[in-house]
Amino acid sequence: MSTNTKPETTIKANPDLPTIEIVREFDAPPERVFRAWTDPELFAKWVGPRNLTTKVDHWDCKTGGGYRYRNLRDGEEIASFFGSFHEVRTNERLVQTFTWEGQPDGVSLETMTFEALGDGRTRIVSLGVVESMEIRDMILSSGMDTGVVEGYEKLDELLAAQR
Amino acid sequence: MAEDELSRVFAALADPTRRGIVARLAVGDAGVVELAEPYDVSVQAVSKHLKVLEDAGLVSRSRDAQRRPCHLEAEVFDLMTKWIERYRREAEERFTRLDAVLADMEAEEAPETQEPRRKGAAS
Repeated sequence: MSTNTKPETTIKANPDLPTIEIVREFDAPPERVFRAWTDPELFAKWVGPRNLTTKVDHWDCKTGGGYRYRNLRDGEEIASFFGSFHEVRTNERLVQTFTWEGQPDGVSLETMTFEALGDGRTRIVSLGVVESMEIRDMILSSGMDTGVVEGYEKLDELLAAQR
Repeated sequence: MAEDELSRVFAALADPTRRGIVARLAVGDAGVVELAEPYDVSVQAVSKHLKVLEDAGLVSRSRDAQRRPCHLEAEVFDLMTKWIERYRREAEERFTRLDAVLADMEAEEAPETQEPRRKGAAS
């Protein structure tokens, strides 16, 4: 049950379409993964980089609902995001839009499926679609300037302390 | 490699004709006329595309001969692979945090229960 097989995230950037596909498996049943994704308090705990705080301003997670949240560093806002929940199909599927307010004309459409693997495990497939190849590639490159390495080190410490 | 240089690589590859040229050059070096053949565009148009690929460091051209065959700089693609790998690791980092949240939720949902596969009656 609690075997800790190393989970691996896979990323596919289609060479002909402006999409990013992310696949990851979790050692928890779909109901729990879905809740961690749709409950604003739980979502805020994991979504942002470790050195940032996520503050949810608005969260109405139902078909036709919407959301907005901000990332803070030392109390100072550094990024904010908003979108609509196009479809919320409990424990199965989540379709939403996503906009970074720093680029208000940009929007991606994200479809997430929660696939039960049996044995209490879940596979998440997230397919994001943006307007152009250029924007897709810009999104892929965004990891360049977020102090990623420092973030990993902190995360490693945290995980070592927890397990 | 500097970030703006990488942006140039991705911008260069955002065009289907240029991706076609790169795919052709992956097979072997070729001249402009050869490269223009599969497309319904002029040799000049292909030259412009080649200039973009050259500026991005994806393609090099020999200076001497009249034919000036184009050559694909394969190591640029290795750098791009590393770059996507960085994005992947960032996503993995986020999901590792989600793993921890899920583990906490399991502990809270069923502190005494011996059957973690069954949904708890209380919610």
